[in-house]
Amino acid sequence: MRRAELVTAFVLAFFSMYLMWKSGEGPSWNPDIARFDNIGFDETGAPGSGFWPFWLSLVMLLSSIWVMVNWWRRTSPPSQSDAPYMDGYSWRMLLFIGGGLFAFLGVIEWLGFYAGIFLFLIYYLRFLGKHAWRQTLLIAILTPVFCFFFFDVAMRIVLPKGLTEPLFLPLYELFL
Amino acid sequence: MDIIPALIDGIYQALAPINLALCVIGVIVGLFVGAMPGLGSVNGVAILLPFTFVIQDITGTATSPMIFLAAIYYGAMYGGAISSITLGIPGASTAVATTFDGRPLALKGKAELALVTAAIASFIGATVANVFFTAFAPPLATVALKFGNPEIFALMLLAFSTFIGLGGDDIPKTLISIALGLVLATVGFDIITGEPRLQFGDPFDLFPATAGLIDTTGFSHGIRFLVLAIGVYGIGEMIWTINSTRGEVTMTEANVTFRSVLSAIKQFPKAMKGTMVGSFLGFFVGILPAAGATPGSLMAYGVTKMFSRDKESYGKGNVNGVAAPEAANNSASTGAMLPMMTLGIPGSPTTAVLLAGMVIWGLQPGPLLFSEQPDFVWPLIGSFYVSNLVAVLVNLAFIPVFLWMLRMPFTILAPMIFVLSVIGTYAAYQNMFDVWLMLLFGIGAYLLRILDYPLAPAVLAIVLGPIAEPTMRQSLILSDGSFSIFFTRPISGPIMIVAVILILLPVLNWLRVSMRKSPPV
Repeated sequence: MRRAELVTAFVLAFFSMYLMWKSGEGPSWNPDIARFDNIGFDETGAPGSGFWPFWLSLVMLLSSIWVMVNWWRRTSPPSQSDAPYMDGYSWRMLLFIGGGLFAFLGVIEWLGFYAGIFLFLIYYLRFLGKHAWRQTLLIAILTPVFCFFFFDVAMRIVLPKGLTEPLFLPLYELFL
Repeated sequence: MDIIPALIDGIYQALAPINLALCVIGVIVGLFVGAMPGLGSVNGVAILLPFTFVIQDITGTATSPMIFLAAIYYGAMYGGAISSITLGIPGASTAVATTFDGRPLALKGKAELALVTAAIASFIGATVANVFFTAFAPPLATVALKFGNPEIFALMLLAFSTFIGLGGDDIPKTLISIALGLVLATVGFDIITGEPRLQFGDPFDLFPATAGLIDTTGFSHGIRFLVLAIGVYGIGEMIWTINSTRGEVTMTEANVTFRSVLSAIKQFPKAMKGTMVGSFLGFFVGILPAAGATPGSLMAYGVTKMFSRDKESYGKGNVNGVAAPEAANNSASTGAMLPMMTLGIPGSPTTAVLLAGMVIWGLQPGPLLFSEQPDFVWPLIGSFYVSNLVAVLVNLAFIPVFLWMLRMPFTILAPMIFVLSVIGTYAAYQNMFDVWLMLLFGIGAYLLRILDYPLAPAVLAIVLGPIAEPTMRQSLILSDGSFSIFFTRPISGPIMIVAVILILLPVLNWLRVSMRKSPPV
């Protein structure tokens, strides 16, 4: 937990410096504006476009350093804790659920929403949840069917189908 | 417009068949998300907000989707008690205090007494708060009409400073959360100069070799509030709950029959004291941004216990210990609506989602709402009364059904929530970039959550950022760049001073503690 607290503070500090650097960028169509020209006031007294994000990112940077100081002085609960940041269960869970979600979105890009939901539910219910095949298939089939009628048919929000698009053409004929 | 006739008309409109149906469905959804550990009102409204477009399409008004979301909010406050009592784990953070005495009662075999007490106390708390809301909101909106940019910015600062001064979380981490939310809100285009900013056009321009590696064009439309809210509450919180409960809970059976409910109602007067404390205290704590229903209910529990003659009985199953937090969380949720509706400043993450919803449905939140959109405001207020009545009836009638639903394993609920979050984000903007971003926010939120980084301030900040930034910059344009404008005006001055004191409060506290520690000279 202690190491994670420090690492996170460093990551946040670097992220805020990156944001400060990026906030100082002028618009690309006007190369005359130098970096960090837009973070102060212009000649009329009006704050520039980078004013708000730059100074807030600085607040974030200073706060990250404050977190590091608290880490060093051991005043915040995570910096006192000897408990692991994530134990075996947490890592496995994050890997299986987080990884599953990334794969889910990847499948959506490739095979579309409905195939993605079907495969994700089978993965989660059967392999993570250890539910019986009958229950798994029932939920994994009914959910996309319900979603199709709710989104594509009732709300007219056509969810992307990716490679599975041709399979839906007869359904469009029938319902849309 | 006079308050009483407007209210009667509002209630009448809230009773229109479609609105009444939305109240009932919303309350049932709310009871469910409230009762499910890991889901609270904010998860419910954030995940379901994209689906309210269809309600707006059907009814043609913004009132009906708002009534629906408000009913979820209401229902969730009732629902939290169900799992606090029968599972011993709070269904939502707002029901943490309910476990203190609710769980012991359930273990003594009096679960139905605790459930009924919670329901009635919730009803009374919400009713008291509704009356306060109806009385205070219109005059407050009238005062707020005089507010200019400096005043609105001062209020925003006050909202954030309450997180720092009263939030109770680690201060630098709260600051990071606020700053991050505000910076994320600036991504896209600057509305004052029209310049693009933080679009991460070539995200790693420090390392030319990586140019064009990631498609970041999606940042040009800014980071939408829902993307962050669903990421945090649909993905992050969910993973956190799976991790912290490890899927193991034991449930106490409650034998709810008509007779047991009746006998519990007869015993209710014993819990009147806690109910009253909760109802009044909850409302005023709820108004404060950053406070809201969770601290409101904890505070109500503490105060009721403090003024009780038999303090020892608390924590062992005193009905007042169930009534006080339950009355308070309902009352506070209405209280949190007050600044949201009159000033356009949400008092809690849930009201922040409601506020974002109002913008999406085409309304302009703020003091003008009361004078320019009475057709929106009064039916909504009317629906508070209707939803409250519906909630207590549905709650009492369907306790057995909710107990049955609580047995739904997390391994079914969690993937459904994930699927809903993904579809909901896509349906709102029809853009896969936002869905990927939502997932990244969700994982990031989970990693920060383990280290006690508060995330509610970031969610509020991304809603308030687009209001706070232009009001501040326009004020500074008005004053030729001088910050004194915020302190010299009659309304913004005092608000700024309170905000500054709140920000300094932790520093003063720290000084006090370290002075005491240091040896006398």
